[in-house]
Amino acid sequence: MKRYILASTLILLAPAAFACETVSVADITIRNAWSKATIGASRPASFYVEITNNGGTDDALIGIATPAADKPMLHQTVVKDGIASMPHAMSIAVPAGQTMELAPGGYHGMLMDLTAALAEGDRFPVTLTFEKTGEATINVDVLSMRAEGPECSNADQ
Amino acid sequence: MRLDRLRFALWMAVILATIAFTVLQLRADKPPPEMNAASSFAPTFRLADGDGRIRESAEFRGHWLLVFFGFTNCPDVCPTTLSEVAQVMDDLGQEGQQVQPVFISIDPERDRAASMDDYTRAFHSTILGLAGDAAQTRAAAESFRIFYEREPDASAPDAYTMSHSAGLFLVGPDGQWVKQYGYGTPAAEILSDLQSRI
Repeated sequence: MKRYILASTLILLAPAAFACETVSVADITIRNAWSKATIGASRPASFYVEITNNGGTDDALIGIATPAADKPMLHQTVVKDGIASMPHAMSIAVPAGQTMELAPGGYHGMLMDLTAALAEGDRFPVTLTFEKTGEATINVDVLSMRAEGPECSNADQ
Repeated sequence: MRLDRLRFALWMAVILATIAFTVLQLRADKPPPEMNAASSFAPTFRLADGDGRIRESAEFRGHWLLVFFGFTNCPDVCPTTLSEVAQVMDDLGQEGQQVQPVFISIDPERDRAASMDDYTRAFHSTILGLAGDAAQTRAAAESFRIFYEREPDASAPDAYTMSHSAGLFLVGPDGQWVKQYGYGTPAAEILSDLQSRI
């Protein structure tokens, strides 16, 4: 019985097993990094994250790098008059004192030329480069293809 | 006296803001230009499924069609919409048998090579993936009165990407166009609208 209770507790706690890391470098804090599982490695994957600038100076995200993909880039989904397009974003502003989200339907990382398919439960590092703060690396949780947002039980949203 | 004037100015600001907000709301609710056609129309398609079999709109009479145009290399908009469709199909339960979700590729050459079925089934087993040839695809898009375009993009895979109408389109059991759910319409909203019609 005890073992049963322990097992059920572990199952209930399973979502908390995601890395759900919070990484801080100087005034920049990044958290809730996630991606979606892919079918094979030929189609691009996405990368989403939340960035907070706790400082008094504006900063900007200017690039991403990861061993999971040869061509990671920043893009923005723009839906205008019902037409969706996805221009390349050279830089994403992270103004002083504000939180910027890379989320479905907005700014996102597009991971092209994946080195391997992403499976649910996988974890891979992404290094974000900021104009002023420099580099910060966070582990990204791969969620199901149908995930709509980060699945961090301890996420302070 | 000065306080009265300030109060007056503030109230004016409130009124102006309310008017501006209302106008913006009304404009946001307005459907895109291609939907303004008052008369109803019957969108059609004739496209190959994953097995290479030609599927036609006419064979789905009696069913509600939930149609989305997209491409499988699309990392953000298309998975988001297909996830919503999958959620709607899960939540419809038995009533889902009267609804056929269809994903029509606007990038058919690349999508046929990469297997549409693996992609659509990863979201939901009921989603039918169709990818015709260039002329069939153009004809289907025109009959739905939607837009798509290939855009050169050096940063994208194979150096191009697609821009496309991102709505989800509902066709009735009689084959007539019913409505568009705009991009980002929550699954719960689509679900309750469908339930009220079925």
